[in-house]
Amino acid sequence: MPDTAPSAAAISAEIAAELHREGPLLPILHRLQKRFGHVPETAVPLIAEALNIGRAEVHGVMSFYHDFRAVPAGRHVVKICRAEACQAVGGVALAEAALAALGTEWHGTTAGGAVTVEPVYCLGLCANGPAAMVDGRPMAAATAEKLVAEVSA
Amino acid sequence: MKLFLSADAVAKALGVEDVAAALEAEARARGMALELIRVGSRGMAWLEPLAEVERDGVRHAFGPITVADVPALLDGALAGHGPTEDIPFLASQTRLTFARVGVIDPLSLADYEAHGGLVGLRKALADPAAIVQTVIDSGLRGRGGAGFPTGIKWQTVAAAGAGRKYIVCNADEGDSGTFADRMLIEGDPFSLIEGMAIAGLGVGAETGFIYIRSEYPDAIATLTRAVEIAREAGLLGGDVLGSGRGFDIEIREGAGAYVCGEETSLLNSLEGKRGVVRAKPPLPALEGLFGKPTVVNNVISLATVPVIFEKGPEHYASFGLGRSKGTMPLQIAGNVRFGGLYETAFGLPLGEIVERIAGGTRTGRAVKAVQVGGPLGAYFAPQQFDTPFGYEEFDGAGGLIGHAGIVVFDDSTDMLAQARFAFEFCAVESCGKCTPCRVGAVRGVEVIDRMAAGEDMRDLVEDLCETMRDGSLCALGGFTPYPVLSALTRFPDDFAPHKEAAE
Repeated sequence: MPDTAPSAAAISAEIAAELHREGPLLPILHRLQKRFGHVPETAVPLIAEALNIGRAEVHGVMSFYHDFRAVPAGRHVVKICRAEACQAVGGVALAEAALAALGTEWHGTTAGGAVTVEPVYCLGLCANGPAAMVDGRPMAAATAEKLVAEVSA
Repeated sequence: MKLFLSADAVAKALGVEDVAAALEAEARARGMALELIRVGSRGMAWLEPLAEVERDGVRHAFGPITVADVPALLDGALAGHGPTEDIPFLASQTRLTFARVGVIDPLSLADYEAHGGLVGLRKALADPAAIVQTVIDSGLRGRGGAGFPTGIKWQTVAAAGAGRKYIVCNADEGDSGTFADRMLIEGDPFSLIEGMAIAGLGVGAETGFIYIRSEYPDAIATLTRAVEIAREAGLLGGDVLGSGRGFDIEIREGAGAYVCGEETSLLNSLEGKRGVVRAKPPLPALEGLFGKPTVVNNVISLATVPVIFEKGPEHYASFGLGRSKGTMPLQIAGNVRFGGLYETAFGLPLGEIVERIAGGTRTGRAVKAVQVGGPLGAYFAPQQFDTPFGYEEFDGAGGLIGHAGIVVFDDSTDMLAQARFAFEFCAVESCGKCTPCRVGAVRGVEVIDRMAAGEDMRDLVEDLCETMRDGSLCALGGFTPYPVLSALTRFPDDFAPHKEAAE
């Protein structure tokens, strides 16, 4: 489990590791999220200070991108493709069945914090749809049963 | 036994790692010598996970392979598909950009060189002043979708003074139905690295960035390792292949924003800003990344550059149709029997691709519509199947080829729902900078919902689409009218007022 309430020193160490780059803000946000499972609110002023930009700008960038979370996700993250190539092979039905089986909504997390379900627009598995991703691992020819089994293991 | 096993994301998504583990275990139990080589995908998606057994120097195809097939495969008793390269889907292709994909170990520089790799870069280094003209002569156009002549873009950057410049590779392949960039990076990453190095030498840039989407974790891992290997081998760094010229590459991960596939949004994202679109001019070629002259090219454009130098620009330009020179990696997707990557010269009629190559729908029902060019591409009806695959030809038919994704839908598809999705997608992914896109997409969803309820809103949809097309800053808002209006005009029955009464 990631440390979900890291200290300022721990956050600053992660920020410092990316400062050598040109345009380091996205690498910093990715790094924090990989390390802590989300980008803690306490990181925003620290990033702003390190980059000499406003807190509002950091917040603006973070909130622009779908990937970055301000709060930790569930223990498993399921992403289900909603895009056209998957729609053509039952993607809509898959998503409805998976959401019903897990008992949550898009962007929701199941009771007890087990599974977060998010939409994704294309995983590049478009000739083998419908496609999904569980905890960063792609799944082709996905079914609700396979998805549920994957997060129940 | 020498065995090649796909390690493409598609194969992994279908459980190939379990097959690989079973192969190793079974071979060990039998005391059998097994040389297992992990390769990219041959692009025959319906055969994935694909295993190939080499016999007398010829690879024979077996797939889709499961754990249960492993003993029979090692016995030589499993029914297969014969020599891989005789399979019609593969045999009828012209593979230039994808010649090595699925064939070589993607992370073996020796394998890469044994299959023609680095020949192009060495030729380019021998006469750097001729690089830009060679690319112009090849007729290569941007494979990301816009189709702008690659050599002309390079010429603009090369002529833009002597200061700091950048090569930016757009690997933010967000269009549904496309996976060529992913397959190329997972199957032959050195060709992209070589192409970027040639671009850098040609325009006088020493720094390259590859902006790759976070939805492609396997491609990111392969590419990251490939760049390290290239650096260790002196292909990248301060002294490219001993030439005294420097070029290096940094990989940057996107963060789930479709609009960052638009080049100016991508540049803002690389700079650490919100991925909002910039107004053009200034062109990125003159004021791009951090305000410096920048080449922004798609993965396939850059990965095609080495073969242009290896075989000569005339060779590349000898393929194709009209002003669409060379080959295009078609990505056949959605509801098809034979999906995957099909590289061929421009000019094939759409119907031949859908009916003959793709074999029609997987469900066995009639084809209703084919969306070409991603979520911003038009839906084509079977009546338009004689349209030849080319930039101008598709433009003339009211569509675009984009990044050459071809998504097939059967006759159970509701085109009103597809039009609604096009607006919805635009609303979700709009960067918010310009009003026609930001507001228009939301109003579009509402109007389509009213049509679904039985109102005749056709004129309003057309008016809204005109505003979005003419008033948006980039292709997201500007091209969303393609899927919407093509669905509306080519499939009017799905939008008929009170259609439930007619059923």
